[in-house]
Amino acid sequence: MNFQAKIRRWLPYVGVAVVVAYCLAPFYWMVVSSLRRTSDIFENAPLPSHPSLENYLAVFDPSQSFTKSMINSIVVAGVTTSVALVLATFTAYAMARLRFRFKRVVLTVIIATSMFPVVSIVVPLLKLFTDFGWINTYQALIVPSMSFALPLAVWNLTTFFRQMPEELEHSAMVDGCTRGQAFRKIIIPLAAPGLFTTAIIVFIIAWNEFLIALTMTNKEDMQTAPVAVSKFTGASDFEVPFGSQMAAGVLVTLPLVVLVIVFQRRIVSGLTSGSAK
Amino acid sequence: MVETHNPGGSATASADESSHDRSGGSSPDGLPAPAKRRRRQPGATSGSARMAALLVSPTLLVLTIVVLYPTIVAFKDSLYGTAGLDPKTGFVSKTEPFVGWSNYADIFGEAGSRFWNAFWNTSFFTVTTVTLETVIGVAMALIMHKAFKGRALVRASILIPWAIPTAISAILWRWIFNSDGVANKIIGEQILWTTEGFHAQVAVIIAEVWKTAPFIGLLVLAGLQVIPKEVYEAARIDGATAMRQFWNITLPLVKPALLVAVLFRTLDALRMFDLPYVLIGAKKASVETLSMLAQDEASNVRFGPAAAYAVVLFIYVFLIALAFVRLLGTDLVRDDDPTPKRRRRWLTRRRTEVTA
Repeated sequence: MNFQAKIRRWLPYVGVAVVVAYCLAPFYWMVVSSLRRTSDIFENAPLPSHPSLENYLAVFDPSQSFTKSMINSIVVAGVTTSVALVLATFTAYAMARLRFRFKRVVLTVIIATSMFPVVSIVVPLLKLFTDFGWINTYQALIVPSMSFALPLAVWNLTTFFRQMPEELEHSAMVDGCTRGQAFRKIIIPLAAPGLFTTAIIVFIIAWNEFLIALTMTNKEDMQTAPVAVSKFTGASDFEVPFGSQMAAGVLVTLPLVVLVIVFQRRIVSGLTSGSAK
Repeated sequence: MVETHNPGGSATASADESSHDRSGGSSPDGLPAPAKRRRRQPGATSGSARMAALLVSPTLLVLTIVVLYPTIVAFKDSLYGTAGLDPKTGFVSKTEPFVGWSNYADIFGEAGSRFWNAFWNTSFFTVTTVTLETVIGVAMALIMHKAFKGRALVRASILIPWAIPTAISAILWRWIFNSDGVANKIIGEQILWTTEGFHAQVAVIIAEVWKTAPFIGLLVLAGLQVIPKEVYEAARIDGATAMRQFWNITLPLVKPALLVAVLFRTLDALRMFDLPYVLIGAKKASVETLSMLAQDEASNVRFGPAAAYAVVLFIYVFLIALAFVRLLGTDLVRDDDPTPKRRRRWLTRRRTEVTA
């Protein structure tokens, strides 16, 4: 094999390595920095000279209420995902299977809402929730999240339902099932992978939400994890605790990284079928 | 099959036709095939519409509460001023005074400089980041499309920037762009990236492009993978260079996927908030976006001006979306029937609607 052919053969792999490095390098830097000791946090070596977990211990220090913010994030993202999924399943089924007037209008409206600038709904909702006394409550974080979670779930699930052969329901209905029974007994089990994929994507996006969580809370123990990390302070106000910020960042990101690694195939299929096809 | 029969309306008429296409057994006079008729239960027509209404209404109700209602309230609020000292009476009022269009008028007057600065920042970030991430994303997609091994690794790694919460990635980049950070180490200069100025904008752009270019790459890759290989083989036989193949085959064929990706990214960039807020900070003139401006006003209980800024941003996003939809035609809202015949008919109908 001559030299040029060799280059031709290996060039794609070099390219892939560059892409992977581009995507992972900053994340790698976060992990490495989180393992440095406070005393050598400004080291720029690719590996920590004295790896230590002291930043992680600092994060879980009770004064940071980081544990509470992680719980808040789990509750908010979890409830948002579950509610959006249940409502979206019904709607997506109707979109994929039933014929009714204004269907295209309804679908367009639902998609259009996902393109809304969140701030333009947060401002009035903040005022409304202040009147309700809802500031610093879970519902004040969950309800506005529906504005992006629900359209996303509907859009994704509609695509999934459309891909499923309609004949299955028909034969179930021939066998005496009502449409509702066919939906419960045939569609839901078969659509489980699609529901699961949608759930992961909605969860990740709900977990990443920042603007709503920042605006609707002013008490430290009601913040979600991303907000809490962004407001981390060190021992003194003048010191920016980069080490513990990196450690907290790793902890906030870790659940998502695990989801991505385990379910990468599904997430990709969900993202590509939902938004570009 | 349950379906609504509603002769007269053009939309329903074509929907009916499509259902015949799908079943493949329609008789020429437009009646459903006998096999299907047997399945239909009496009263199914109204049942389908009722069922659809039942299934769709919870979602529409929630979206009305969390999107439609706040939008209307935002329009209303934007016409009100800030509660406080009433300049006419000198009394402190608890309610917000009606000020008409003055919040909007302020955009062209007193409060204007901060607004226009935020407006240009928003536009500047949108144009630069979307352009850069489109170029980088397409390049990434072309590279990934060439490689066969290690797909799982590539897939997982390009998803990671997308999965990292923006606020966390902003903290990460603040660390990288720290004065003693690794960015300055690499370029061998001391730049105070996260202070006011053009370098702060560059920092925001770099961090944003890092996070979102892989996402465009992912969507374009999906578009690339459905292009049949034969097209390229034919082009090679005809002696087309790699460059020509890219411009004349790849790009036109991935254009729908790419345009949708660019639309989503553009609308997302227009409402940018987390990244500049965490990376550089609130109230920094060089990176303040419209979302940040509106949020800042709202958190200072100046709901009227905040709502006015939010409304302007909303209209801005809406106009850009509208422009894109006209450009994209119908690719955005896909119809339910995948058969080419149906799709073509729908496309032509939409075209005429747009021109009409």
